Amino acid sequence: MIAFLLAQTIAITGGTVYPVSGPKIEHATVLIRDGRIVAVGANVTVPADAAKIDATGKWVTPGLIDGAGQMGLTEIGLVPAGNEGALRGSDIAASFNVAEGINPASNLIPVTRVEGVTTTLASPGGAWIEGQAVLIDLDGATIEQMLIKSPVGIVVDMSEGSKGAGGTSRAGVAGRLRRVFNDALEYSRRKADYSRAQMQQLAAPAAELEALLPVLRGQLPLIVYANRVSDIRTALRIAREYKLKLILSGAAEAWEIAADIAAAGVPVLVEPMDNLPSYDALGIRYENAAVLAKAGVRVSLMETETHYSRRIRQQAGNAVSFGMTWEQALRAVTLTPAETFGVAGQYGSLDAGKVANVVVWTGDPFELSTGVEHVLIRGKEIPLRSRQTELFERYRTLPPRY
Amino acid sequence: MRHLSATLLLVGLAGGCASAGAHQAGAVKPAPARAAPAARGASIAAGDSTSVDRAQYPSTYQRHANPPVVIRNATIMTAAGQEIQGGSILLRDGRIVSVGTTVQAPADAVVVDGTGKFVTPGIIDVHSHLGVYAAPGTDAESDGNEATTPVTAEVWAEHSFWPQDPQIPLAIAGGVTTIQALPGSANLIGGRSAVLKLVPSRTVQGMKFPNAPYGLKMACGENPKRVYGSRGGPSTRMGNMAGYRAAFISAEGYRRHWDKWNSDHQGDPPSRDLRLETLAEVLRGHILVQNHCYRADEMAQMMDLAREFGFHIRAFHHAVEAYKVGDLLATNGVAAAMWADWWGFKEEAMDGVQQNLALVQQAGARATIHSDDPGGIQRLNQEVAKAMYAGIRAGIPITRDQALRWMTANAAWVLGLDSITGTLEPGKMADVVLWSADPFSVYAKALQVYNDGWLVYDRNDPAHQPRSDFELGQEPAPGSDR
Repeated sequence: MIAFLLAQTIAITGGTVYPVSGPKIEHATVLIRDGRIVAVGANVTVPADAAKIDATGKWVTPGLIDGAGQMGLTEIGLVPAGNEGALRGSDIAASFNVAEGINPASNLIPVTRVEGVTTTLASPGGAWIEGQAVLIDLDGATIEQMLIKSPVGIVVDMSEGSKGAGGTSRAGVAGRLRRVFNDALEYSRRKADYSRAQMQQLAAPAAELEALLPVLRGQLPLIVYANRVSDIRTALRIAREYKLKLILSGAAEAWEIAADIAAAGVPVLVEPMDNLPSYDALGIRYENAAVLAKAGVRVSLMETETHYSRRIRQQAGNAVSFGMTWEQALRAVTLTPAETFGVAGQYGSLDAGKVANVVVWTGDPFELSTGVEHVLIRGKEIPLRSRQTELFERYRTLPPRY
Repeated sequence: MRHLSATLLLVGLAGGCASAGAHQAGAVKPAPARAAPAARGASIAAGDSTSVDRAQYPSTYQRHANPPVVIRNATIMTAAGQEIQGGSILLRDGRIVSVGTTVQAPADAVVVDGTGKFVTPGIIDVHSHLGVYAAPGTDAESDGNEATTPVTAEVWAEHSFWPQDPQIPLAIAGGVTTIQALPGSANLIGGRSAVLKLVPSRTVQGMKFPNAPYGLKMACGENPKRVYGSRGGPSTRMGNMAGYRAAFISAEGYRRHWDKWNSDHQGDPPSRDLRLETLAEVLRGHILVQNHCYRADEMAQMMDLAREFGFHIRAFHHAVEAYKVGDLLATNGVAAAMWADWWGFKEEAMDGVQQNLALVQQAGARATIHSDDPGGIQRLNQEVAKAMYAGIRAGIPITRDQALRWMTANAAWVLGLDSITGTLEPGKMADVVLWSADPFSVYAKALQVYNDGWLVYDRNDPAHQPRSDFELGQEPAPGSDR
């Protein structure tokens, strides 16, 4: 599925390499051929025909992964013309896969990738069972070229925001979710009856129930957005009942039950800089990510606002400020989200055989003083240009020359 | 709290001036200098230039008692041109007494070891909706936009402000000592701002910065159009302009009548009109115009509007395109209060660049950071750092002192308080932050915050970690950092 556009050998030499899968390597080389990493280490022989990137004194990491947002599905927040991430009309949109809504020409893509974010989620939003999220690389002329995995999960909102789906009660939401799941299972057993119209009215159209079957078979994750502890517990309970593969997102109060989440083996995506209390999460706090990581939960960090996906490194820096180790935070924006979305075989670390999403930084990627020197996506060096760099160039001296 | 997949909605509501949005006695001291704001030297003392002859809703703020404090062997970033290694600073009775490498401290001074730490002036956020869009963010706390008619110069943000907003302690922990709480941007003219010391208080009066001039919130562009387009207008940008002009034409007459009566006291005084009273104070230069405006071309229009009526715009807020007209801002003496990296949440925010502050600085205009956001206000040091490094990486030689002024001295100027606070200089109000590390590092945290000399926050001492009433009784408690 992953398309490589350029057959080329590139050697990134001399940098301090953070493979994530292992300890950092000083003065190391990352050798890339035909879009994949072929060698990482201090004693890698660089072929004569390799294009060289001198990373002496620089830091080299995997491209950052933001496991949230609507990259490619939104252009200008308040302008509907460019917004493709919400399926209106029904609050059960399990069959809604966002992939064909992605705009590979979106201005947000260059703005984001030139800051070292190479992979993001493209997630549906606007319903209750919101649809199918996909994982994309931030380069490619076509949707097919960008897609890494489609779908990576079906998204369900079980926060305060979805109470309307359950008659304005959290208990109603949980009960309705079970009815939908039960009907999907019954539908899968009695498709012949269904086609002969010999079944009672189902909780959702057949196409939606059909789309949920991979989730109910434990093949596709259910990504549950929940913040209040009681909602997180409901998600864990329902996941146990139906033997689901669960991913928690948001999870603002998860720190309160970190041990239980760790015991359940459920991965969690959190936004470290979010600490403002609401009735959905009175217990929200900066230390959430650190407490979860310490308890052994597989924590990924995310930036949920699509235009600001580039801020994920600031999210990570703040997670470190509030108790995560630096190594945990780096893993939480690379290998852990790759694992969470089932692509760790190809993404998330600098290891031979993996897709060559690589960033060369002037220093610590989480530090505000650090800039990006090189970005490679699928082994292709990305020009560090965006609409914003062009605006800057136009107006760096006044008046501009139009 | 943002939804993984509902970002569009929330960005729409919260983005960009939220369209949607203490003290006991100590020795009271006079302010070291009068607030010296607008071009015409505003003092807001009510008197013969206003339509009332008594102080309205006066500040009851009083400085908290605190023993003298000397911070030793720190890196002192003064925001007045100096970064002193191994420096000391003495605070006493709410004032900065001395700053330098050799500072004599009285015997009763609390000595704080600043080794490896940094000291800056308290952060000033010139654009906040704390208290008027309080957490937990229900409709019940939505008090920032009097979105009932496009010109509501008669409303005052302080009359909405909820001192128990649980976001206030979080901002204090981020090193913020002064805010301007503004009405939202639904209206062409949204009402008066409240300039507040960020300290725990039962009442907003107990937070009002003594002698600070009021601000007037005005808004350009999309928001008033969006709110009123189907409710009688304005529905266009030209309608926006006509709306401001009509309001100030009325205010000119009002001012004339009152000024005449104040000088001759002939007959009955004119009737009071709260809306026009505020606008007349703008025309007199006593109230500072704080103008939400994104696009460069609209800033130019607004500066012409100000010329038409003879007032000054103190600052454009948000000013996402300020970098396109930095020269015009410099010529007109108008500041720009900006974000480090916000963009794209609406059409007028499309052209955001991360070098905005640096380019405005380079053009010779006054650059200031602002938050407009209860999250961002906790990290204004990081926002300034992002903006500074974006400029430096692009080849614009921003100094650390210049960048520090973006959240201190320049912000104080925007509020007309630059003679009182915003730098670490003897005589200034002792609004001071002690940082764990270089405040331009993502890993730096405010360790101690002194507001007017009072230790309002100490990261290592729960006795100095204010909590709002709202947060009491929560189990398990999220802790002082949240």
